[in-house]
Amino acid sequence: MTSVPTAPTGLGVLSPRRSLADMLDDRRVLSFLFMLPAVGILLTFLAYPLGLGVWLAFTDTRIGRAGVFIGLDNYISLMGDSVFLLSVFNTIFYTTVATILKFGLGLWLALLLNNSMPFKAFIRAIILLPYIIPTVLSAIAFWWIFDAQFSIISWALVKFGLLDRYIDFLGEPWNARWSVIAANVWRGIPFVAICLLAGLQTISPSLYEAAALDGATSWQRFRHVTVPMLMPILSIVLTFSVLFTFTDFQLIYAITRGGPVNATHLMATLAFQRAIPGGRLGEGAAIAVAMIPFLVCATVFSYYGLQRRKWQQGSADD
Amino acid sequence: MNDFNRRDALKIGAGAVAGAAVAAGAGEAQAQAATELKLTPEKGAKLRVLRPSKFVQGDETLWLENTKKYTQQTGVEVRVDSEGWEDLRPKAAVAANVGRGPDIVYAWYDDAHQYPDKLVNLSDVYNYLDKKYDGWYDVAKKFSTRGRNQISVVLGSPGSKMVYRKSHLAAAGFSSFPNNFPGLLECCKALKAKGTPAGFALGNAVGDANGWCHWIVWSHGGRMVDEKDKVVIDSPETVKALEYVKQLYDTFIPGTLSWLDPSNNKVFLDGQLSLTNNGISVYYAAKNSNDPKIKEMALDIEHADYPIGPVGRPTEVNLTVPAMVFRYTKFPNAAKDYIRFMMEKEQYEPWQTASIGYFSHPLRAYEKSSIWTVDPKHTPYRDTMKNMLWPSYAGSLGYASAGVLADFVMVNMIASVCSGSKTPKEAAAEAQKRAERYYKV
Repeated sequence: MTSVPTAPTGLGVLSPRRSLADMLDDRRVLSFLFMLPAVGILLTFLAYPLGLGVWLAFTDTRIGRAGVFIGLDNYISLMGDSVFLLSVFNTIFYTTVATILKFGLGLWLALLLNNSMPFKAFIRAIILLPYIIPTVLSAIAFWWIFDAQFSIISWALVKFGLLDRYIDFLGEPWNARWSVIAANVWRGIPFVAICLLAGLQTISPSLYEAAALDGATSWQRFRHVTVPMLMPILSIVLTFSVLFTFTDFQLIYAITRGGPVNATHLMATLAFQRAIPGGRLGEGAAIAVAMIPFLVCATVFSYYGLQRRKWQQGSADD
Repeated sequence: MNDFNRRDALKIGAGAVAGAAVAAGAGEAQAQAATELKLTPEKGAKLRVLRPSKFVQGDETLWLENTKKYTQQTGVEVRVDSEGWEDLRPKAAVAANVGRGPDIVYAWYDDAHQYPDKLVNLSDVYNYLDKKYDGWYDVAKKFSTRGRNQISVVLGSPGSKMVYRKSHLAAAGFSSFPNNFPGLLECCKALKAKGTPAGFALGNAVGDANGWCHWIVWSHGGRMVDEKDKVVIDSPETVKALEYVKQLYDTFIPGTLSWLDPSNNKVFLDGQLSLTNNGISVYYAAKNSNDPKIKEMALDIEHADYPIGPVGRPTEVNLTVPAMVFRYTKFPNAAKDYIRFMMEKEQYEPWQTASIGYFSHPLRAYEKSSIWTVDPKHTPYRDTMKNMLWPSYAGSLGYASAGVLADFVMVNMIASVCSGSKTPKEAAAEAQKRAERYYKV
């Protein structure tokens, strides 16, 4: 018979020090601890402001005066506000047109940059410039480019005899809408182009070779190889682009302040105008919160709608 | 709103007792007491001041020099930050809301009336200056007073006048600037015919657009609200004003619907514009330019009062700068003393002079300042605050008036008629609806 050594009384329970070490060896505990800083930052800087904004939208809070809960009054009031309704139209129009143009031109640029060419790295760096410049600086530049009296575009067209007077870029509502869209497209193309270029470079050349051997034309290669393979990254870039464009503020604020006659007011600029200079924090918050359903719809559409993997692989959708 | 606590009541009581004693016969002592204000800055006080960024260099230079002088005399360190005009109001608002930021803010218009509970009562400084400098103009009283308190002390107004090219008017057949509305329209038509048109901002320009748009409606008898804060903008008077302004707009240089505050300055200095509304800054810039061509233009620039409309009296509105002290400050005495110091003649007049009267005074005594007569081109700006009305005329200042002003309801009404998107009647009706959202109970 052998005797089994027994632990001294008390050692059957792990010591606190031992317990902590064991806990830290547990991957679940460790993951939780590693996530804590990120969770803290997200809760403090994202969840709390968002929650506060949603709450403020249900109150009549003014600057310098705490509000009381008024339910849906802000939203009901906004439904009868012609400027708010115009800003919703402007925002949807601005986002839709700018996004289509950014993607069309961005994809074209990405395809061009994907070809072999001299100084490729340098050209790719140059392409990023509009995106690198602070938005407000490019906005001021566009403010001059579109100026009623000093526009270089108008000056050149008049100088070459193509026009007899300057274009009123920002003084006529539709001209102003197209002008700010042009500024947004100019600024947004590099982001789309570089992201799509990264996507293009992940496509294996063997797929193109196989398609070429099968006799596919360049359009067919683009349609049946490039587009499906690019779709996952396209959906991500589209989601971000829609979000950035829908919530644009700086370009409009610097170029038009929402004018002429509110023709370029976006929901973001109107929310600011009502909340801060106008002092109606509750109403401003309601306008900002009213953007959320649009953003969620746009995100769901662009993210899930374009990530239908079966469709990418040539099968029918479910 | 009236926000009195026991300490305020005691102060008023003490003031009343002192007043009764003075009234009892100490005439000389009264004058003496009126011109004395003992505000001892707190030990170790440091102040942070936020003010509008300069439009003329002399403004900032002298402001900083005066601040330095204050520090030398009192030992109070003062940091002065300047903020772009359009960003000043949001910054002040955020400071009020979060309870942290500059001790003193020189803000705009009726900002103080948006968060009166957050501000230190400045009645002592206000009353002291009132008595020492021959009294405040009525409009300055209106801006400062909330109930029985003075929640701000008005620094002045970067006033706006008609700025025109003398030679262009002469070429159009006008030897002097018209002082009535038919004359103004004829003048603008003649200027356009000569290829040297007029132009007034119609974009969301806080100063210039609000200035002339309110004037033209008020001068026809239209008003956003009446004395009881009832919205009355949809009126025959407003429609008449809009019909007039449409005719005037047809004579403007193209592009004014997009003009923001700096636009008319740069077009005027480029020689493309003969008439606009602006502060004295255009003249200042031309006079101090290194470009001989622009410097020569200064000789041709003249200023005039806004023409008088059918109501028969001045109806101007101008940007106004109220000084406010926030309750969160740890050094209220120092803050009040700094405001007082900057309004004293020894500092105020050199500051006004350095900016060639860019800021018009709110206190009557400064009418005699030599800056208004040293160059006749300065003189029209002298009576800016004497003649002006407040932006929510004829109603009260507060949340609703600030909201209507910030939302450019008046400017948009006029711009929509000028752009042809609305008839005068439609525009007035829409403005009524928009303003009522703010003034609803």
